[in-house]
Amino acid sequence: MPQVTLTVNGQQHTVEVEGRTLLVELLREKLGLTGTHVGCDTSQCGACVVHIDGVSVKSCTQLALQADGTSITTIEGLAAADGTLHPMQEAFREHHALQCGFCTPGMVMTAVDLVQSHPDGLTEKEIREGLEGNLCRCTGYHNIVKAIAAAHPLMHAEAAE
Amino acid sequence: MGFEGIGASVRRKEDVRFLSGKGNYTDDINRPGQLHAYIRRADRPHARIDAIDTAAAAKAPGVVRVFTGADIAAENIGGIPCGWQIHNKDGSPMAEPMHPVLAVGKVRHVGDPVAVVIADSRQAAKNAAELIEIDYTDLPAVANLTDAVAPGAPEVHDGVKGNLCYDWVIGDKAVVDGVFANAHRVVKLELTNNRLIPNAMEPRAAIGDFDTSSGDYTLYTTSQNPHVIRLLMGAFVLHIPENKLRVVAPDVGGGFGSKIYHYAEEAIVTWAAGRVRRPVKWTAERSESFMSDAHGRDHVSTAEMAIDKDGVFLGLRITTLANMGAYLSTFAPAVPTYLYATLLAGVYKTPVIYCNVKAVFTNTVPVDAYRGAGRPEATYLLERLVDAIAYDTAIDKIELRRRNFIPADAFPYQTPVALQYDSGDYQTTLKVALQNAGWESFEGRRAEAKRRGKLRGIGISTYLEACGIAPSAVVGSLGARAGLYEVANIRVHPTGSVTVFTGTHSHGQGHETTLAQLVVDQLGVPLDQVEVVHGDTAKIPFGMGTYGSRSLAVGGSAMVKAMDKIIAKGKKIAAHLLEASVQDIEFKDNTFTVAGTDRSKTLTDVSLAAYVPHNYPIEELEPGLDETAFYDPKNFTFPGGCHIAEVEIDPETGVVDMVNFTAVDDVGRVVNPMIVEGQVQGGVAQGIGQALFESAIYDPEGQLLSGSFMDYTMPRANDIPPLSVATENTMCTHNPLGSKGCGEVGAIGSPPAVINAVVDALKDYGVRHLEMPATAAKIWSIIQSAQPRLAAE
Repeated sequence: MPQVTLTVNGQQHTVEVEGRTLLVELLREKLGLTGTHVGCDTSQCGACVVHIDGVSVKSCTQLALQADGTSITTIEGLAAADGTLHPMQEAFREHHALQCGFCTPGMVMTAVDLVQSHPDGLTEKEIREGLEGNLCRCTGYHNIVKAIAAAHPLMHAEAAE
Repeated sequence: MGFEGIGASVRRKEDVRFLSGKGNYTDDINRPGQLHAYIRRADRPHARIDAIDTAAAAKAPGVVRVFTGADIAAENIGGIPCGWQIHNKDGSPMAEPMHPVLAVGKVRHVGDPVAVVIADSRQAAKNAAELIEIDYTDLPAVANLTDAVAPGAPEVHDGVKGNLCYDWVIGDKAVVDGVFANAHRVVKLELTNNRLIPNAMEPRAAIGDFDTSSGDYTLYTTSQNPHVIRLLMGAFVLHIPENKLRVVAPDVGGGFGSKIYHYAEEAIVTWAAGRVRRPVKWTAERSESFMSDAHGRDHVSTAEMAIDKDGVFLGLRITTLANMGAYLSTFAPAVPTYLYATLLAGVYKTPVIYCNVKAVFTNTVPVDAYRGAGRPEATYLLERLVDAIAYDTAIDKIELRRRNFIPADAFPYQTPVALQYDSGDYQTTLKVALQNAGWESFEGRRAEAKRRGKLRGIGISTYLEACGIAPSAVVGSLGARAGLYEVANIRVHPTGSVTVFTGTHSHGQGHETTLAQLVVDQLGVPLDQVEVVHGDTAKIPFGMGTYGSRSLAVGGSAMVKAMDKIIAKGKKIAAHLLEASVQDIEFKDNTFTVAGTDRSKTLTDVSLAAYVPHNYPIEELEPGLDETAFYDPKNFTFPGGCHIAEVEIDPETGVVDMVNFTAVDDVGRVVNPMIVEGQVQGGVAQGIGQALFESAIYDPEGQLLSGSFMDYTMPRANDIPPLSVATENTMCTHNPLGSKGCGEVGAIGSPPAVINAVVDALKDYGVRHLEMPATAAKIWSIIQSAQPRLAAE
């Protein structure tokens, strides 16, 4: 079987995978990182979003082999080493932007990339459009949008320090 | 530590787990030696199975076993049971055909499970399942309601004539017909409640585990009610006694009703684990969810209201066809009867009501309760009919509603359809909603939109629903095959921290926080010293689970009763420690005090004495501080309120833009306002989804056309406006908390508000009614085919 070497949440792994193994299967089944979820089989729901070299990607749409040599961050790698939540995680908690929690990892990873790629600010409309690839069935999105808007200044203030 | 008790918007205890990727959902669980199941499903709606050849699959790499319906039929295994029996109007019981775990003889809907492959990986099982050869003879199929009841329609089940599951009535037809015969006017509306697919974001999953030393089975499953699954699967399907069967429902990623029911896959993995003596895991792919999770709604109705010259409602007459799908799911028969027709008074004092419901089998996925379950269908029918009355009579739609409201001083109010409402104030929720929505200034916004070439409309719904379905004796007399009480065990530990074991189940509702707040309130224990445990039959005494917005009203009330017992026992212990009379002991803020003195003992002093009973009234009192209560409510609870939707339609494209949504709901006492707002927002989004986007579509032959997220339109962030939600509460009078339930109000009140707004926006085009979902294509066609009345004038 072919091998893939990649860094996940700062730790390097070399793993044997089948050619057809999806990145999300590698993360969940080979590395035990079950925070990344699978909510569909058509790349519509976004529950599986992770960062590959800092960019949000649906990990169900990539083969594990395509991730060779990359650095991946999953929801498990977002908080600080001491457990301090990332400002986006904290904003989701503060604004009740999650209910069942299943879409949450993908939603948070998408939101982090969305905020990082819009340093000059995000309108409510831009946030809603930026969530085009992520489904949530519980919240009605209202509080997710609020949380992302609230996290924006905190994340950019932190980045400026 | 700030205020954490009832009424505080404390942040959720469960969130750090979910936000860090540390949730523990069923598919995250892996058991040692675990195998994987893949289910080969019917790819056609109705066919006779002539032969199944599993030889090639059985020899495929990694395959351990292949099972078919014949293997199941050879064992002492029952069909999937139905939990509610409805009787026909002639008193005979409903048709209740066998629902096999794996298809035997025939398949009856696309997605019907036919065979299961057990292999050492999911991929190996899936590959092998492709190698199973099934010889079918296709049979004529029927998918929609009107086709299924047409003369000569194909029969879904042999011997079930006319595909009729039951023909049920409520109310006196002769009396209602008499009222109609003498009425000033009758307003009639025919309408469809579109079929929906719940689509909780977590697909269903199940792991069966068999302990070869003890002979015990464990099922991990995505369930809203693990004890109910244990009862149904253990007693009726696999015949495993409760003491040998544990059901665990860990973190569950949304349910909305679809995870109440006992599904074949749960029985398959549990039984297969016993056969192969290794754990067996199954996780649905989303495509499987679409064709195997119970769907919701799917009614076709004719509604008529008799009115007097002032628009006062004199009588309501309804006939409804309700789709059951191919088999009866767990609560399916109750949904279009006791959860629908009994709600047809709504918030109105309509004196007489008659409703006839025919439940019909079709070659489609079973239909059961989906968020709201019957009440959204009743509300949509009523609130569309009221708007049609306003349209036909030119009476103002607000004034028409006010004129017919049950007044606030009329409670308890006996409706003509069995229910007795305990409390409510519909004029107030209406008044506040009109203010919050800016109803009075709407015409200005309509005119402004018109200048931009847009059609703006506003719609209202004043609704009522029923939650916490009970009491057990009453629902039993109506056909329920289970009790509908709830159970709480409160364990005060020796050093004063508390564990709550609740029979309710949280799959997004935040019970770990809300239920802990009840302990903060009643026992004065800080929130961080309260743990709420749910979802495991090995830990919880019993429970009926979470659906019908019952967790707080029923499960929370059970907690109050158990804590009452804790306090009563604690007083006896404190009296002993303080050398006082029990009658003189008061409990408040975590402390037992001799009334009128400063002599006191904390709950921790008392719990320590209870577990270390050195100085203890051991002759009269057992050690320990651990109490259980079963709470059986005296009545349903009756949340209600007012929803107002404002839409803007682009006449060039027909696209509906939801611009404003206002909800004012009466949910009784609110424990955590933040969580209540979240519940209402989520429900409203699902209601907007039903009204504008969502529809499960079968072709006439029974193929599911909307079988993925590419074909079934789920509301996305850009489809939902910012939501204004508020509560205006009257207390439930018969439970100790006063709470009514908030989980479903959003999905119940909103669809008619949205459609009423769309109809209002199209009023210049002569539109009196249109069916959900109000898609752009549908509206564009209406606009294209109708000459605006204004243009003609």
